[in-house]
Amino acid sequence: MIRLEKRPQPSQAWSLATPLVAVLATMIAGGLLFAALGKPPIEAIRTIFWEPLFGEFSFYYRPQLLIKGAPLVLIAIGLSLGFKAGIWNIGAEGQYIMGALTGAGVGLAFYPIEGWYVFPLMILAGAFGGWLWAMIPAILKTRFGTNEILVSLMLVYVAEQLLASMSLGLLKNPEGYGFPGSRNLQQYESAHNAELIANSGLHLGVVAAFIAVIFAYVLLNRHMLGFHIRLTGEAPRAARFAGVNPTRLILFCLGTSGALAGLAGLFEVSGPAGQVSIDFNVGYGFTAIIVAFLGRLHPVGILLAGGLMALTYIGGDIAQSNLGLPSSAIQVFQGMLLFFLLAFDLLTNFRIRLGAPETA
Amino acid sequence: MDLSAINPVLLIASLMVAATPILLAAIGELVVEKAGVLNLGVEGMMIIGAIAGFATAVETGSPLVGFVAAAFAGAALSLLFVVLTQIALANQVASGLALTLFGLGLSALLGQSYVGIRPPEMGQLYLPLLSDLPIVGPILFSHDIILYFGIALTAAVWAMLKFTRVGLILRAVGENHDAAHALGYKVVRIRILAILFGGACAGLGGAYISLIRVPQWTEGMTAGVGWIALALVVFASWKPWRALLGAYLFGGLTVVQLNLQAAGVAIPVEYLAMSPYIITIVVLVILSADKSSAPAALGRIFHASR
Repeated sequence: MIRLEKRPQPSQAWSLATPLVAVLATMIAGGLLFAALGKPPIEAIRTIFWEPLFGEFSFYYRPQLLIKGAPLVLIAIGLSLGFKAGIWNIGAEGQYIMGALTGAGVGLAFYPIEGWYVFPLMILAGAFGGWLWAMIPAILKTRFGTNEILVSLMLVYVAEQLLASMSLGLLKNPEGYGFPGSRNLQQYESAHNAELIANSGLHLGVVAAFIAVIFAYVLLNRHMLGFHIRLTGEAPRAARFAGVNPTRLILFCLGTSGALAGLAGLFEVSGPAGQVSIDFNVGYGFTAIIVAFLGRLHPVGILLAGGLMALTYIGGDIAQSNLGLPSSAIQVFQGMLLFFLLAFDLLTNFRIRLGAPETA
Repeated sequence: MDLSAINPVLLIASLMVAATPILLAAIGELVVEKAGVLNLGVEGMMIIGAIAGFATAVETGSPLVGFVAAAFAGAALSLLFVVLTQIALANQVASGLALTLFGLGLSALLGQSYVGIRPPEMGQLYLPLLSDLPIVGPILFSHDIILYFGIALTAAVWAMLKFTRVGLILRAVGENHDAAHALGYKVVRIRILAILFGGACAGLGGAYISLIRVPQWTEGMTAGVGWIALALVVFASWKPWRALLGAYLFGGLTVVQLNLQAAGVAIPVEYLAMSPYIITIVVLVILSADKSSAPAALGRIFHASR
């Protein structure tokens, strides 16, 4: 008979090991899935995890790792603060879109004036757009006790419609021959989030992601607010007795994650994507949820998890063109990863005992 | 703009069709939440039901077989949620999100070869005399059988929760799992059954969208209906008949919005299309002041330390 015994303390070793075990399990289950689709499983897994890093064309793919990883890390860092405190912002996708819209909007408003001040203003606007969008669930929650999960998610659909409206209307390129989509910011020097070193993939968004990791690490380990966040998540009652102000905490966590998601959107629209278009968002906001959990809600962990998830995106693209693996297979693969992670987390908090239970 | 093109009889009839997927999913989730479990994976289970039902109906030529397959597919996906939350004792919010992300991916994978196909048509109920009545006939007596099943299910769940022993045990588990456990009820087993029921209902709701409402398969076609169903359970204060009322309100809203789009109202299409989501938020805000009717053990993990 198998039974579970609660550990007095969560196991430190298992807490670090579960993400690795989950990745291994996902590789095995993913291999089975690919085999079921009629693709060579080992070849597919190798293509996804090895090819982008050490393959023949890795000089092209390695920079992509930074480009895809930066928004994931940036968003996941913000989400992890809330998740730690039991505040569930799952609408990062919407905040990402709003950040891109407001940021690009400010940039396009200045067109064609060239000036050093354009891009900093865009950054501010992008962060503000995401922050504002996250403030809606935050204020509704603190003021009326509305469930932030549902509100933040509903706002994703609203933001997607706004994006469609903007790329067909207000922000549409007047010289675009009627095609939907804004002017290409890559061709507007002051608004272009160019690579800092050519062909390295290193743009300002990547720098911002690293800064966010450091900022979150310091906040959580060295600052009172970070302590309050952790306390609220682990012992909400104790937190209230300790004088933690839940309203301030909700506003801070949701606001920060919104602003970071907005920044990610701005850096994407002004850099790799280049323009506001109907299909601008590709689900980074949702994948970032997996990144946050995979990184154990720890800043350094999130950095690693973001890299891994970026790898599956790029490797998935390669597998799609080389092996004909459908792009949705990668989505399933990422979903599986979260499943295994949550399942193996059992080992962190419980000990598995074999044999009959002792009589009390 | 030509509002006279909108036929009120057709409007009400299509309102009931639009409401049914939301109703089916919401009734299932209501039972799950009554048992004290918060399954946020409704959207994922619906979209899996949508593709499973669609594919089965196309392959077998029978929409009814499709619906049965959809119910099984939804329940099968909810089994993953069972493993995570009831056996591995994982966080229910995170597990529900995982279910939705996984379901969306898997449905896209399964549905690749079904894009652009028309499913076999579901016959409409025809009652002699009743269906021929003017106005009332087209509104009430000429729908497909699943729509009536949805209403019957609402009545059945209401009666089950209110009058039967099973309903009482279910509510006890949802209100206080430790007390229910002490009384000798199998908390985990009851919750597993409730989750499977919720999964089957969500699967049916999804198949209703792909087989009757639209009817077609496109990636991500549930477009947030699962989340609206979750909001609806809150709106309904965990009461089946209020869920029915809420579903019809939302259904009506969707249909009016689509009709206004078709009639070419001066409001841009995108703003009309976002209205159901905004209304959901507004309704949530109005109703969130009263949380007294929520099951007390909702979302809490149960682990019997024997």
